[in-house]
Amino acid sequence: MSKPAPLLQGTLDLIVLEMLRAEPTNGYDLTLRIQAVSSDVLQVNAGSLYPALYRLEERGLIRATWRETDTGRRAKFYSVTAEGRKQLADQRKAWERFSGAVAAILKRA
Amino acid sequence: MRLLAYVQSLASRFLRRDQLEAEMADELRAHLELRADDLVRSGMSRTAAERQARIEFGGQSRFKEEARDMVAGRMIETVVRDARLSVRQLRKSPSFAIAAIVTLAMAIGANAVVFSAINGFILRPLDLPNERSLYVVERTADKASSESYLNYIDLRDRTRSFESLAGFSPDQLWITSGATPSRVWAFQVTANYFDALGIRPYLGRFFHAADDQGINSAPYAVLSYPYWRTHFDGDAAVVGRTIRINKQPYTIVGVAPEGFRGTILFFSPDLFVPMVNQPQLDGTNQLTSRGQRLFAVIGHLKAGVTPTQAVSELDALGQWLEKTYPKENEKLRFMLGRPSLNGDGLAAPMKAFLGGLMLLAALILIAACTNLGSLFAARAAERSREVALQLALGASRIRIIRQLLSEAVVIALIGGAVGLWGSVLVLQWLSVWHPFPQFPLNMPVAADGRVYLVALALSVASGLVFGAVPLRQVLRTDPYAIIKAGAPAGAPRRLTARDLLLVAQIAVCALLVMSSMVALRGLSRSLRADFGFDPHNVTLVETDLAMAGYRVPDMPAMQRRMIDALQTIPGAEAVALIGQAPPILFVSNGSKVFTETTADLEPASAVTAAVMYSVSPDYFLAAHTRLVSGRQFTWHDDASAQRVAIVNQVFARRVFGSPAGAVGRFYKLPDGARIQVVGLIPDGKNSLNLADEPQPAMFFPILQSPYSDSWLVIRSERDLSQLSTAIRAKLHGLDPGLPSFIETWTTAMQGALFAPRMASITLGVLGAMGAILSVTGIFGMAAYSLTKRLKELGIRVALGAQQGEILRAALGRPFKVLLFGSAGGLVLGVLASRVLSFIVYQATPRDPIVLAGVVLAMFVVGLTATWIPARRALLVDPLILLRDE
Repeated sequence: MSKPAPLLQGTLDLIVLEMLRAEPTNGYDLTLRIQAVSSDVLQVNAGSLYPALYRLEERGLIRATWRETDTGRRAKFYSVTAEGRKQLADQRKAWERFSGAVAAILKRA
Repeated sequence: MRLLAYVQSLASRFLRRDQLEAEMADELRAHLELRADDLVRSGMSRTAAERQARIEFGGQSRFKEEARDMVAGRMIETVVRDARLSVRQLRKSPSFAIAAIVTLAMAIGANAVVFSAINGFILRPLDLPNERSLYVVERTADKASSESYLNYIDLRDRTRSFESLAGFSPDQLWITSGATPSRVWAFQVTANYFDALGIRPYLGRFFHAADDQGINSAPYAVLSYPYWRTHFDGDAAVVGRTIRINKQPYTIVGVAPEGFRGTILFFSPDLFVPMVNQPQLDGTNQLTSRGQRLFAVIGHLKAGVTPTQAVSELDALGQWLEKTYPKENEKLRFMLGRPSLNGDGLAAPMKAFLGGLMLLAALILIAACTNLGSLFAARAAERSREVALQLALGASRIRIIRQLLSEAVVIALIGGAVGLWGSVLVLQWLSVWHPFPQFPLNMPVAADGRVYLVALALSVASGLVFGAVPLRQVLRTDPYAIIKAGAPAGAPRRLTARDLLLVAQIAVCALLVMSSMVALRGLSRSLRADFGFDPHNVTLVETDLAMAGYRVPDMPAMQRRMIDALQTIPGAEAVALIGQAPPILFVSNGSKVFTETTADLEPASAVTAAVMYSVSPDYFLAAHTRLVSGRQFTWHDDASAQRVAIVNQVFARRVFGSPAGAVGRFYKLPDGARIQVVGLIPDGKNSLNLADEPQPAMFFPILQSPYSDSWLVIRSERDLSQLSTAIRAKLHGLDPGLPSFIETWTTAMQGALFAPRMASITLGVLGAMGAILSVTGIFGMAAYSLTKRLKELGIRVALGAQQGEILRAALGRPFKVLLFGSAGGLVLGVLASRVLSFIVYQATPRDPIVLAGVVLAMFVVGLTATWIPARRALLVDPLILLRDE
């Protein structure tokens, strides 16, 4: 297994929004899920995930409620707001253009 | 909308931040539990799993801090907490705090005062409605706004650029309603003046253009608000009442609004009278002479008309006037000026002076900032252990920097507040200050919102600047090295950036000290300057015969009687009379001068212009003006004799080529009169600005050039109070209705000396500040380097070093800095001498007394600043030092 890749600056918000859009979940499960979906390539440290969640909540892009997990623990569950969906669409477009451009450059070589 | 929501969330979060903290803690716990659950499921024991979960999560306190920072409201909370901590830290070292606050208070205070002056004189001149479109019409030739009545009428009636053009001119009048005439300062204004400015009366009505029905047709007066309060007790019934002005009945029609002080800054007239009544008030009609420039012209531009358009229209009118009236008009080109100092002729030097002051004040602030910067660096170095400990315990560098900066800003804000408070006191004093009682002076310099804002901005900015000085030091701190080895003793480097800063600061301060000394020397010289007359022991009596009802043919006899009467006063050595004010009290009337052979007496063919005075025979005796050659006037130089003049040397040089042989020669005045020069006097001072070069001047016998204004000049050793009683009695005996104003010549000259004196005082204060800043700067450095090397000094003492060696080791460096700085300041001062001589009369920094004074002052500064550190160095007890650490 190769080493986990470091996250590109600014991509964490995009990833979190996309994961939460797919399914509302709590912070811990979110770390696991990011790891799983990216086939262990991306590893998100909880220490940076939570500040990111607070930041997004502060900006009104996600909202949080306390609920019980399947295992019976109380945890904060995050879901994407309408504003968040809009932001996600914008960021996704920007990301696609960016990664497309980078890919094109790399292919040329 | 979003902003509103944000503010709401900010507020609500700020209010329930405890709850927020609790929620974060809960979430953290949930995370750890969930992780531990997973680990247990994979076969780990509960305890091991919880431990593992915590390790995986990493530093919790750091996480909390970062998470908190993400939440709004955090900002305010941080600031409040940092500020509180800063105050606590500063209270631990009060001497440091006080030194820093005083330093900054001085700097901010100086800047606030200077800025208020700029604000009052340049940025916010008159406070009239629609001031943006209000301009005075100036002539480009002399940058003065002043036109004859007839030229004004033509401009007013023909211009399409202005809403309307009004004219005004300050004048001194006498209220003769009471038992003794009292003097007032008035504006003679055109009848449309108030309407052109667009202001409304506080009481009654103003006079309007329709009230102007020709010469002497409008005997109306409008009182200024302050005059109405002080002289009529604010009585509303005053409207409609008749008062006597220069013995003529005038009806008070209204009172001007409270804030209205006319249209010249500095000046606050007591009342306003219509210009068309000038002949009645002054006894001579000046309105019919197109060549006599009488008053300033002011008006609002029409909407949509640019100043450039207006100027080109005025220039076209000017050309037309020149063509139509070539004898009286020349160089009629115009420019528009802001209505404040009545034309750029006065405004420009004022701006230059204030600009120079602002520069000096900025230098003070910079000096204060470097000063505080090194103090802060010293403090940061002293606290390096504490900082290292904080870093080792996991505090982020950002936190520590924020703490240091917030300390700086707290100091800056307190210093700024103290400085502002001081400056408000100074400004209050300035705005009620009456440096010469005979002038209705108005100093619009009280602090307003703009001043407070500037002071606040300067405080915060300077706080950030000097707070930033030790940042590099903190960022480089290696906690382990410091904690292991104690504060970095390190061999003192040869030259640090901080030393250079301090040298620069001392140089600036030495420059300030020097400018203040140059200024003070200039002032003392200007007081003993060669004016061409000696104002000491001379009393002036100002009277006005026209006002007292004398007609021109009767004036000479009355003037002669006054002189004769005053000559009988015991102790009066010489008594003379001069028509209009003696030299340099006011701007004197002038005239073009032509050579004898000039046939065409057009303004353009004049050889020069000269100021003119009408004097009685003994004037030069009474004024102690020495005659270089020729003779004095006698009472035989009367209307039937050859017209003669006594001129100064510049005059002789300009008109005849050289002073030698001028006596006996002739020249011409614009009216064609042939004048013979009978005497020659030294140049002396004739201009209001004492720094100006001497101007050509001509003195005429009073009998050949009669003048209604009569200033009696009495030379006597007796003191003013005795003398003035005697003078009043004598004049009363001649004519009880004769107004008189008595003062010494030196007092009367305050006006002329006002500008250089103000400049000297200001420069003196700035110089003192510079000196104080050097003291604190050197002191800070000496104290700091001493603290750092205390251990080394202790060892030296223990090894038997002599006192001299200790002192050299401890204070050599600060003294070197002082030496280099002062030398730099001296060089700068000599280089800046041009700037200084612009402001200060006869300023020259190459003056040995000034140079010696600066050296001495800086030496005293050095002694004062190093006195305490030197004592501390000498008292170093090696035992205590060795025990410590």
